[in-house]
Amino acid sequence: MEKFQTITSTYVPLPIENVDTDQIIPARFLKATTRDGFGDNLFADWRYDKEGNPKPDFVLNDPTYSGQVLVAGKNFGSGSSREHAAWAIGGCGFRVVVSSFFADIFSNNALNNGILPVVVSDQFLGELFASSRANQQATVTVNLEEQTITNNETGKSESFVINSYKKGCLLNGLDDIDFLLSNKDKIEAYEKSRAYSY
Amino acid sequence: MKTLFDKIWDAHVVTTVEEGPTQLYIDRHLCHEVTSPQAFAGLRARGLEVYRPERTTLTADHNIPTMGQDQPIRDQVSRFQVDTLAKNARDFRLTYYGLNNPMNGIVHVIGPENGYTQPGMTIVCGDSHTSTHGAFGAIAFGIGTSEVEMVLASQCILQTRPKTMRINFEGRLNEHVGAKDMALYMIAQLTTGGATGYFVEYAGAAVRNLTMEERMTLCNLSIEMGARGGLIAPDEATFSYIKGREFAPKGERWEEAMAYWRTLHTDEGAQFDKEVTFGVSQIGPMITYGTNPGMGMPIDGTIPQLEDIDEAGKISFEKSLHYMGFTPGEKLEGKSIDYVFLGSCTNGRIEDFRLFTNYVKGKKKADNVTAWLVPGSWKVRKQIEAEGLDKILEEAGFALRQPGCSACLAMNDDKIPAGKYAVSTSNRNFEGRQGPGARTILAGPLVAAAAAVNGKITQP
Repeated sequence: MEKFQTITSTYVPLPIENVDTDQIIPARFLKATTRDGFGDNLFADWRYDKEGNPKPDFVLNDPTYSGQVLVAGKNFGSGSSREHAAWAIGGCGFRVVVSSFFADIFSNNALNNGILPVVVSDQFLGELFASSRANQQATVTVNLEEQTITNNETGKSESFVINSYKKGCLLNGLDDIDFLLSNKDKIEAYEKSRAYSY
Repeated sequence: MKTLFDKIWDAHVVTTVEEGPTQLYIDRHLCHEVTSPQAFAGLRARGLEVYRPERTTLTADHNIPTMGQDQPIRDQVSRFQVDTLAKNARDFRLTYYGLNNPMNGIVHVIGPENGYTQPGMTIVCGDSHTSTHGAFGAIAFGIGTSEVEMVLASQCILQTRPKTMRINFEGRLNEHVGAKDMALYMIAQLTTGGATGYFVEYAGAAVRNLTMEERMTLCNLSIEMGARGGLIAPDEATFSYIKGREFAPKGERWEEAMAYWRTLHTDEGAQFDKEVTFGVSQIGPMITYGTNPGMGMPIDGTIPQLEDIDEAGKISFEKSLHYMGFTPGEKLEGKSIDYVFLGSCTNGRIEDFRLFTNYVKGKKKADNVTAWLVPGSWKVRKQIEAEGLDKILEEAGFALRQPGCSACLAMNDDKIPAGKYAVSTSNRNFEGRQGPGARTILAGPLVAAAAAVNGKITQP
């Protein structure tokens, strides 16, 4: 996994609430057996018409918006556990998703793929949307080490929460399997010592 | 004093990372073809074996046709995905219930019906509706593919301990009201993200009175309000459901299990982070009108007005109604529909088929309705046939399909056409969930049966 460093980037605003994983990547695109190629179908039904042509009014098709940061409305990533949603977001070049609320499984999936979900207040989120409406080249800075996000248009910062284990994983580019495999002796000890075993 | 959740969680802690997640041992891991191939590929890339192969069970369900399963799958990409699952089962020596296997079916149907699902277990699957198994008093939740790989490699997973919530359903259910209506009512009250970060225990007289299959329906929908999972303390109904099933403990092991399972309940006075109580007498048959499961109302209700929606939610609300072709303040009772789908891990079990069949018996399917009746497993389908329900359905103009997830997520050919209205017993009414442009109205099996014979939304 690529190490996560401080990012200053323009961002793509998606001011819609309850964006579910069926919107992020519709089920018909889940037939692949690898992790590659999902970026092309990120938000497919909002992004392309029936003939597969880009819909000009959808933000990902608006060349004035781009960047490594996706900023979305409250309760992002609800629904299915499909990790393909995180692969699609990563496949489109995003390293950070900002919202005021995330669904649990999506958060885990994002972190397991080196994508940082940043939870901000409703007010901070609203200001990010306002900043990008006023200036499409508006930027944010996400500093994982300091756990801060800054709206560079307003100069306002907020701190965000991440557990120190996951933070360490992202900063060092490590994943959970490395950790679990290093704990095999503890797993075996647990199996031998448990009171009731299935 | 501990909650049921605490007891099970604490019994599975291998170790806790300082200021980090818990390493939790997993008793039962279920896998299907869609969310597992990349995990097996990951094992190969790292040169790893499956750590405890006897604890993982595989079935093909999401991406399979519900007609002609004896023929090779026509869609090449789907066929390759299912073949990949079979190959992974062979290479890693795992139990696999493939197409035409009498044990095949939807992962959350075959777990309970074969006795894999037991009280006190930790159960995971790369599927958010794993919460279904919580009906047996298990900690069961959906995981992503990286986590599937973790479980295969180590039989463990790293999880942050969720907060606990108890939801009490008190009183006696009205006639024609079932677990699906309770769930849709609850999600409408708490909203689609209202239980995010929590693990829910369902309690109260109305929950105790539910059958095991109804409990599964309720727990299944826990994820639709964002909960990590939902569970119900095991009782005599749980034990008698499990007893004698293929993978249930037998003989002395059964006695040992019962002694342990009887301790699995929330202690008097144990504290939850949040507690909610609903009186069930106010719940009527429910439907949804929008594009998330929290947008539900009674059949005779009206869609909210725009001014009732908070400012930040207005764009999403309008987008949702535009997609559905509905207007604020509209009443949906009497509205004509095009499709009915009976099935899925939410409502694809024998009791759902009994309810549906009992309602349509002696009536006729409406001409304007296309109905897809998809049993949750081959065992469910065999039971339907054993009880002669298939004959009654046939006389009423309905045909049974073969088991699978089918139109719940429309990965196979069972897609609702764009713009058409489907009354569906499944779990999600998201945009495009049942096919691009499909408009889903979620409901229980009785409401679906009424829609199928009346051709429109009516009280059952």
